[in-house]
Amino acid sequence: MMLLRLAELNAAYAQAIDTDQLESWPDFFVEDCLYKITSADNHKAGYAAGIVYADTGAMLRDRVNALRTANIYERQSYRHIIGLPVIGTDQMSAETPFMVARIMRDGKTALFATGVYLDKLRETNGKLRFVQRIVVCDSSYFDTLLAIPL
Amino acid sequence: MPQAPTPNGPSRLPAWSGDVTRVPYWVYRDKDLAKTEQMRLFEGPVWSFLCLESEIAEPGDWRATVVGEMPVVVARDTDGSIAAFENRCAHRGALICLDNAGKGAKDFLCVYHAWRYDLRGNLRSVAFRHGVNGQGGMPKDFSLEGHGPRKFRTSTTCGLVFGTFHDETPDLETYIGADVLGHFKRILDGKKIEIIGRYVEVLPNNWKMYAENVRDSYHASLLHMFFATFKINRLSQGGGLTISPNGGCSVSTSLAPMDSNDKTYNDIRSVDDDYKLEDTNLLDVVDEHNDLIRQQIVTIYPNFVVQKTQNAMAMRYYTPNGIDRTNLEWIYFGYADDTLEMRQRRLRHLNLGGPAGFVSMEDGCIGGFVERGIATALDESSIVEMGGSGTVSETTRATEAAVRGFWVLWRKMVGV
Repeated sequence: MMLLRLAELNAAYAQAIDTDQLESWPDFFVEDCLYKITSADNHKAGYAAGIVYADTGAMLRDRVNALRTANIYERQSYRHIIGLPVIGTDQMSAETPFMVARIMRDGKTALFATGVYLDKLRETNGKLRFVQRIVVCDSSYFDTLLAIPL
Repeated sequence: MPQAPTPNGPSRLPAWSGDVTRVPYWVYRDKDLAKTEQMRLFEGPVWSFLCLESEIAEPGDWRATVVGEMPVVVARDTDGSIAAFENRCAHRGALICLDNAGKGAKDFLCVYHAWRYDLRGNLRSVAFRHGVNGQGGMPKDFSLEGHGPRKFRTSTTCGLVFGTFHDETPDLETYIGADVLGHFKRILDGKKIEIIGRYVEVLPNNWKMYAENVRDSYHASLLHMFFATFKINRLSQGGGLTISPNGGCSVSTSLAPMDSNDKTYNDIRSVDDDYKLEDTNLLDVVDEHNDLIRQQIVTIYPNFVVQKTQNAMAMRYYTPNGIDRTNLEWIYFGYADDTLEMRQRRLRHLNLGGPAGFVSMEDGCIGGFVERGIATALDESSIVEMGGSGTVSETTRATEAAVRGFWVLWRKMVGV
């Protein structure tokens, strides 16, 4: 049943990010994917630019590599709480709410982002992957910086 | 009224006695100084960015913004002219406009007691002004003309709207200076521009640290590995620093790399020749203006930036959010006549900028590192002496001249 399969996929997705296994994060996507972080206001206005915009699997891997070796930011981690998906009538799209807390190295834990994933999925060799994951944050305000993907 | 300015710094702290090669840390932390700054700088002889003309294209269109910490409304009047005024009802001080923007307004009505304003912020009517059933009402001599929110003088250039409160602010183009304005016009290119994204990054630092950061051509290739490793902006590439006559507006220009064997950055942290991108579309640049410029950061005093990095274009408007927070608004844009291919390229290159930008995320946290570093050092000073003590244009970017220029104008206006 699709609901269970999606819940399982999202649980694994959250686990990969929250346990710092970022190298496995791109594997949740097909190669010709679109991953974008935007906000409700930008999405409503039809603005195409995200704060993260990756339209190839290579760009997702470049993002992880940059976080590992290039970018300067303080050590931090996320805790994703991903809600139940509302599945589209085509069974291969879904809208799923999420909340993400960010834990900084000085111990401060704060609600960092809430929003909804707008997903399109594809199944290859029995495995579900994201063709599209548009991360629509409820707010357009981001505290300090966004390093780790949502 | 804000307290009297503190020309020699807060009494418990040493005066700012020297020149701008030393900046005392109390300038970022003193609350009374922040009030003086609002009054003398943001409401003083500066041009503040208000909005894009295209955002208020039709009569009755309006946007809410802030100037410093003052809430402001900017609107298109029925005759096509632009007006801006404080977003504060003359009666009890409530906000007049409660949303970010609107279209087709005939007038503005305060929700509290229904005082009504026209599109220029003039008070037009007062509910029950003559009382009810012959009783109550305002005094007979109450004058509508004599009351209203404070109003800005507005001016436009390149499709952007600016406002000033001060009678003595020189005209906008003189204020920006011909040299800086030339680069500003290069980026906007006489074209119709289209907003393609809008985000706010809340920085954990005083707004002036970010005003310094955008003028600091010295840090770019040292902090940002993407700039140095991929030769988007190294100090050894051609380019230079242009500073307006008033010191406050500047342009940092970086040209395409010419020397494929540049050794200047050997042993510098921010260069790693083994670091590669798997998807090189991020570095696929089209020279749209046929001038080999890879990056330009144009700053307009006090708190506005227009920039082009490769083919990504953005405006940045940063305003104080209390003394130790700054709201940095990113407005991403393209040209209205972009091809689909060019628009796609801009979307990819924008991964360098914004709250999650491979480059800009680092500017998001660096001010917080300074804030925390100076926690108990308010009587100490930072060193702003790269390139000497000058505040004029230079052919090198290995200088902090534009940061000094900011402080020269800041001290003159704030009186410190």
